[in-house]
Amino acid sequence: MSDLERLERFLRTDPRDVGCDEAMAVLHIYVDLVAVGEDAAGRYPGVAAHLSACAPCGEDFAGLLLAVTNG
Amino acid sequence: MEPAAAGGSLLGMECARLPAKGLDEESAGWLRRLGADGGERQAAERELHARLVRIAVVEVRRRSASTPVTGPELDDVAHQAAGDAMIAILAKLGDFRGESRFTTWAYRFVILEVSGKLGRHYWRNPPVALDAGQWERLPDRFGIDPARHAEATGILAEVRRVVDDDLTAHQRRVFVAIVVDGTPLDALAAELGLRRNALYKVIFDARRKIRRALVANGYLEEPGLERR
Repeated sequence: MSDLERLERFLRTDPRDVGCDEAMAVLHIYVDLVAVGEDAAGRYPGVAAHLSACAPCGEDFAGLLLAVTNG
Repeated sequence: MEPAAAGGSLLGMECARLPAKGLDEESAGWLRRLGADGGERQAAERELHARLVRIAVVEVRRRSASTPVTGPELDDVAHQAAGDAMIAILAKLGDFRGESRFTTWAYRFVILEVSGKLGRHYWRNPPVALDAGQWERLPDRFGIDPARHAEATGILAEVRRVVDDDLTAHQRRVFVAIVVDGTPLDALAAELGLRRNALYKVIFDARRKIRRALVANGYLEEPGLERR
């Protein structure tokens, strides 16, 4: 990634982004799909767009996925 | 968990009961046990609470590099998060619709509790004061090589100009706190008494506004995903 690419990527917004509330409302469903290898991003593109742009929701996703996969 | 009266919930919670129809075996088992009477229910609550504690401890440690909370306080956060998650789970058991495994649904509560509590605890020992406005650190925030800071000066100066001139006062304050000063979004949400989603929307709109200005003034090309 070039020096300014991270800035450019940060500023780029995705109109599919559903925001934190909607993403967190289905996080458990999304995580279960990911955990079993289903195409969660294909089924919930707005959630996928949000999780890649929102650091705290991305952290929650990573934490829940870890909790589920570690049992 | 506190010991409870025989026959009831360990937390004294009344749980909504759900038919286990259509659920996977494990989820149905959890619902049946949590909806049972006496020792079976208490055993299920103990098991679930133990799992929540374990998950919360792992989670606070996973996030330890990004929070000023350390040591025993971090473990306290984990235990508080597990306790509060347990109460919420039992209170909202009737909301579980079987769209995921029960444990995934339940674990979400403790993960979100950890997020919220770390955000609130941030202000006990914040590495950066609110409204510090450390613009000189912006290149580092975007991982720009120090050797190339001079090259990025123009575009970063334009970002600052747009923030100063084009954002609303609320957008500017939120953008500076989160993007310039690196304050965690959940910490700022706790400090300002706002929801995470409200702050995210502010940052989302600010990003779009700044990008449009950078494109209009020739600093960036291709509107990309912004163009519907």
